[in-house]
Amino acid sequence: MFSFELLLDAVVLGVLVGCFYAAMSIGLSVAFGLLDVPHIAHPAFLVLGAYGTHLLSRQGWDPLIAGIVLMPVFFLIGIGVYRFYYEAFERRGSEAGVRGLAFFFGVAFIIEVALILAFGVDQRMVEATYIGKSLAIGDMRVPFRMLVAFGMALALTAGLTLYLSKSFTGRAIKAVAQDEPALRLMGANPVRIKQWAFGIATAVTAIAGALLIIVGPVEPGLDRVYIGRTFCVVVLAGLGSMTGTLVAGLILGISESIVLTLAGASWAPAVSFGLLLLVLGIRPQGLFGR
Amino acid sequence: MSETLLRVDGVSKRFGGFTALTGVSVAIRRGERFGLIGPNGSGKTTLINCISGSLWNDTGAIEFEGREISRLPAYKRTRLGIARSFQIPRPFKSMSVVENLIVPLEYVMHRGSLHTADTRGEALEILRRIGLADKAETRADRLTQVELRKLELARAMAARPRLLISDEAMAGLSASEIDEIVAILRSLNEAGITIIMIEHIMHAVMRFSQRVMCLDAGKIICEGTPAQVVADPEVQRAYLGT
Amino acid sequence: MTRSATGFWIGAVAVVVLAALVAVSGANEYFFFAGFVVLQFVVLATAWNILGGYAGYVNFGTGAFFGVGAYTAVVLFKALSAPLWAQILAGAGVSGLLGFGIGLLTLRLRGIFFSIATVAVAIILETLVINWRYVGGATGIQLLRPPVMWPFETYTRMLFVVVALLAVLAVSIARYIETSWLGRGLRAIRDSEEAAECTGVPTLKLKLFACTVSGAMMGTAGALLPMYQSFVEPASSFSLNYSVAALAMPMIGGTSHWLGPVVGAILLGTIQQVVTVTISSELNVLVVGVLLVLFVVAAPEGIVGLARKLARVRAPTAGAA
Repeated sequence: MFSFELLLDAVVLGVLVGCFYAAMSIGLSVAFGLLDVPHIAHPAFLVLGAYGTHLLSRQGWDPLIAGIVLMPVFFLIGIGVYRFYYEAFERRGSEAGVRGLAFFFGVAFIIEVALILAFGVDQRMVEATYIGKSLAIGDMRVPFRMLVAFGMALALTAGLTLYLSKSFTGRAIKAVAQDEPALRLMGANPVRIKQWAFGIATAVTAIAGALLIIVGPVEPGLDRVYIGRTFCVVVLAGLGSMTGTLVAGLILGISESIVLTLAGASWAPAVSFGLLLLVLGIRPQGLFGR
Repeated sequence: MSETLLRVDGVSKRFGGFTALTGVSVAIRRGERFGLIGPNGSGKTTLINCISGSLWNDTGAIEFEGREISRLPAYKRTRLGIARSFQIPRPFKSMSVVENLIVPLEYVMHRGSLHTADTRGEALEILRRIGLADKAETRADRLTQVELRKLELARAMAARPRLLISDEAMAGLSASEIDEIVAILRSLNEAGITIIMIEHIMHAVMRFSQRVMCLDAGKIICEGTPAQVVADPEVQRAYLGT
Repeated sequence: MTRSATGFWIGAVAVVVLAALVAVSGANEYFFFAGFVVLQFVVLATAWNILGGYAGYVNFGTGAFFGVGAYTAVVLFKALSAPLWAQILAGAGVSGLLGFGIGLLTLRLRGIFFSIATVAVAIILETLVINWRYVGGATGIQLLRPPVMWPFETYTRMLFVVVALLAVLAVSIARYIETSWLGRGLRAIRDSEEAAECTGVPTLKLKLFACTVSGAMMGTAGALLPMYQSFVEPASSFSLNYSVAALAMPMIGGTSHWLGPVVGAILLGTIQQVVTVTISSELNVLVVGVLLVLFVVAAPEGIVGLARKLARVRAPTAGAA
């Protein structure tokens, strides 16, 4: 039952899946880690992006292209959502914490149910040239679509990390996360910066959604297990750390893969939530937290 | 009566890579009026947070009435007799002014005797002393800045402390309002309460305090009588730059 | 006792007596089914509000406590043929312990981490139960119920009275907490936890207390499920719908008063029944979500809060409501 080869397979797949999880979570890293928005609806937006990609792919679009096309749409949605959240909650002070959380919870729920009403509970998939084939590396067969997801995930994480550290707006976003009053004193408008950042986080989530449906079929309730995966990654990484997101994603991916191999699929959903609880209990600031 | 009420010994506190306090030591005498000054970011509020228990110091010891308290949760320190006001007022916004005071009265003073205590009467008495009695039933989120500051102090008073720490209670107030607050603190001190006052408003601190300590970048740079501290070149450099 | 206290107790006893009388009458069976669901939500919403409304810590995992209560009852019934009252007590005990455990783990951290932890626990527990053959795993378990107690004709009627009793108990406990020094401490925590700690409130202890009581109450509601349905399965026992409803009802009804969850549960529960019967069950769930968002954004003080505002506007000289 237990073989070294099987374990190696699990680890390799875990690395690929882990990078994929990092890509799923990076939008949340920005929205929750940097901007402190209790964005529990983030996985719901992932699933929304996946269904958007599905719709476009039914018209013949390649799913990756579809994801990229969805990005500006999601960017605008993100700006709208943040603006609304800010006006309705953050502005109004301390009571807002509870209500902001309840708000996003409600939004996530509405998205899930709306998708059920629109698409039904059956699983949806997309097709592309790179889905269905696999690559042989040594003795292993690695599904091509996982490599695509892996590559995109690395590109996304690297891109966002660079953006935040090198570009002017990116550094402004980091600044607003660290010291908003100071930023205000320097004349910058923190609300517009945060709005822009949330827009980017949501746009990234669009293409992450495309990756989601490339990697496997989706159904409306998928956001629940991804609440575990994305929050696990973001908390394990430490709030605000982009490179940490990649490391945390790898840890989660490998852990899940090993559990999958040893204990079977029925235990897999609990891994991310279990790891999350572990991190919260032992080291809540995560690996690289500020 | 000049025994030590509070002893701070070699206290340091770091936040990640930033060191907020380094080796701070001071002994506050019972009944003393002690002023704590220093430029912004010098660590005054961090020190107060370590004393009151909102933060735990990394190194060093804090003794209150001879007892080590640096690992006690804040509420236990309040019950031992340390009370503080907050620099940015933190009232219980959903409660009325008088209810804000009933909380410490119920949780500090009358824990064993709630059914017999007249917490409302006591709260109103404190409000009368501080000049907020006419706002007793007003919700705390409807108060003006001055009234909020007074509420902060009143709430600290309701805990019947032996040590009261006032954290910049006078920022932004008019001259007469400052005098009011100083007078209240004076009268509390005369009743036997030791007071640590953190302030930027120099004339208030210097008038009020018997002893003053100046912090800069987490270290003590001067300690002595108000006159001594004001004249100290290090203090002047810290505030005015080189 | 004060006048309002006497009024409350009279009303409470009246509710239970009324429920019992109706249950032995010839009323339509559907009434008891719908009534059970609504009263069950009164318990859940009231329980949720003790931690969520009074203390400000949002529980997203009501399904976990409910499901744990249900499965504790299942285990007790299957292993020991335990009577209903024992199932209820055990359900309360285990769910209370769960609340204590989650609290210990996360109440030291910021509010949102507690909320996420509740989701985590819900899914982990569901996964555990799915993999537990003794209670039927993913397919669930069928239970052979003993014949229903006299004078009730069906389990639905009997459990209707039981849940009415639990609802009255839950509301009484919530009311006591709210009006006592406990409630004041919880409100202080909600308004400013740091200031509360510095005014002598043992914040962690109080939060743990609220979390434990809340969890235990939810467990009592869950413990009724096996006898009510005679069939229990993880997906519907740990369902997210319980979590959303238990959160939406107090938010809509009003979180600062014990009447809020009751109003929210009755209103939303009734709307849910109507929508499910007339349109579809998916749409009923959507209605809950939309109403939640609407109220959270536009009427945060809930229905009870709005009513109080109206009363103040109409009688400005009457002082505090």
